[in-house]
Amino acid sequence: MKIKVLKNILDANDQIAEKNRQLFASHRILAVNLMSSPGSGKTSLLLQTIRKLRGKVRIAVIEGDIASDIDARTIAKEKAAVIQINTGGACSLNATMIASGLQNMDLGAIDVLFIENVGNLVCPANIGLGETRRVMILSVPEGDDKPYKYPVMFTQADAVLINKIDLLSLSDFNMSGVTTAVRRLNPHGSIFRISCKTGDGIEEWLAWLLSELKEAQSR
Amino acid sequence: MHELAIAERIVEIAVDNAKLNNATRISRINVVIGELSNVASDSIQFYFDSLSQDTMARSATLSFLHKPARFECGSCHAVFGFDERSVVCPRCGSAATSVVSGKEFYIESIEVDQT
Repeated sequence: MKIKVLKNILDANDQIAEKNRQLFASHRILAVNLMSSPGSGKTSLLLQTIRKLRGKVRIAVIEGDIASDIDARTIAKEKAAVIQINTGGACSLNATMIASGLQNMDLGAIDVLFIENVGNLVCPANIGLGETRRVMILSVPEGDDKPYKYPVMFTQADAVLINKIDLLSLSDFNMSGVTTAVRRLNPHGSIFRISCKTGDGIEEWLAWLLSELKEAQSR
Repeated sequence: MHELAIAERIVEIAVDNAKLNNATRISRINVVIGELSNVASDSIQFYFDSLSQDTMARSATLSFLHKPARFECGSCHAVFGFDERSVVCPRCGSAATSVVSGKEFYIESIEVDQT
C-alpha cells in the first residue's frame, strides 16, 4: 500500500529557524549568518567591524566551531558579548544550536547579532538558522574557481566579501573573472572587495551593514 | 551535507508514517532530491542500510528521484537549467529569474505491508 508523506526532511530545523527568525524580528535584531571556508577571515571581519562600530552599534556574536573557544576569546577581548558553540563534529551550526545559545544572551541589548558559522562552503548554505541576512567570504588565496565548485553557497548569499585583496599581487587570482562568476550566480547580492588586514574596502562593507540594520529596525 | 543525520530522519519519518497507518513493514521509501539541495544520495543509502536495521524500515528500498535545478525568467518566461552556473536568463539576459525546481528535499511517499 502506498502512503503519501510529502514531508520535508529538514522540516524540524526549518521550524526552529522560523522561531529564531521571529525572536530576532520581535527584538529588531539584524542577525547575520557569516559563512566561509576555514581561514577566510570571518573572525578578522568581526574584529574590524566591532572596532569601527564601537559606541554606535551594539554587536553580539555567536561563535560556531567544531572545537575550541579560540574565536570567542578573541572576540571577548574586544568587549563584545559573545558565546561559543562547539558542535562536536557537526559540519554546520543548526537552528537548534542557535535557539539554545539565544537563551544565554540579552536580546534587548543587541542591534546586530553575528553568527560566525563553522568554516565550510557546503553545509551551512543549506541549513537555515533564522538569520536576517547571509554573508559569505571568499579569500584570494583560496582561488578564483570556488564559485564553480560551490555554486549553492554563492547563490544564496546576500553579500559576498572577497577578502585578502592585499595578497592579489602574490597570486593569479582573477578578480574580474570571479566577479563575473559571482554575478551570474547571484545578480542581486552585494559584492565587496576588502582586506581585513589593511582596512581596504571595510567602509563600504560597514555602510551596507548599517543600511541593513536600519531596514531591520524599521520593520 | 550531513548524510548520517539525514538518514536518521528519513527512517524516523518513514516509521512514524507507517505506524500511523498500522503498517508492519516498510518496503519502499520514495525521496525527492533537488539539484540545489547539496545532498548526496549514495551517502544516504550507505547510512540508511545500517540505521534501519532494528526498525520497520529494515531492507526497505530507498528510491531517489533527482530533480534538476530549473529557473524561470520573469521577463521573457524562458525556463533554463544550472549547467552554466548562471541564474541570469540565457535568452534575454534578465536577472529577474526565480527557482522553479531544484530546492526540494522531501519524502514523497512510502510503500508498506499491513498484516
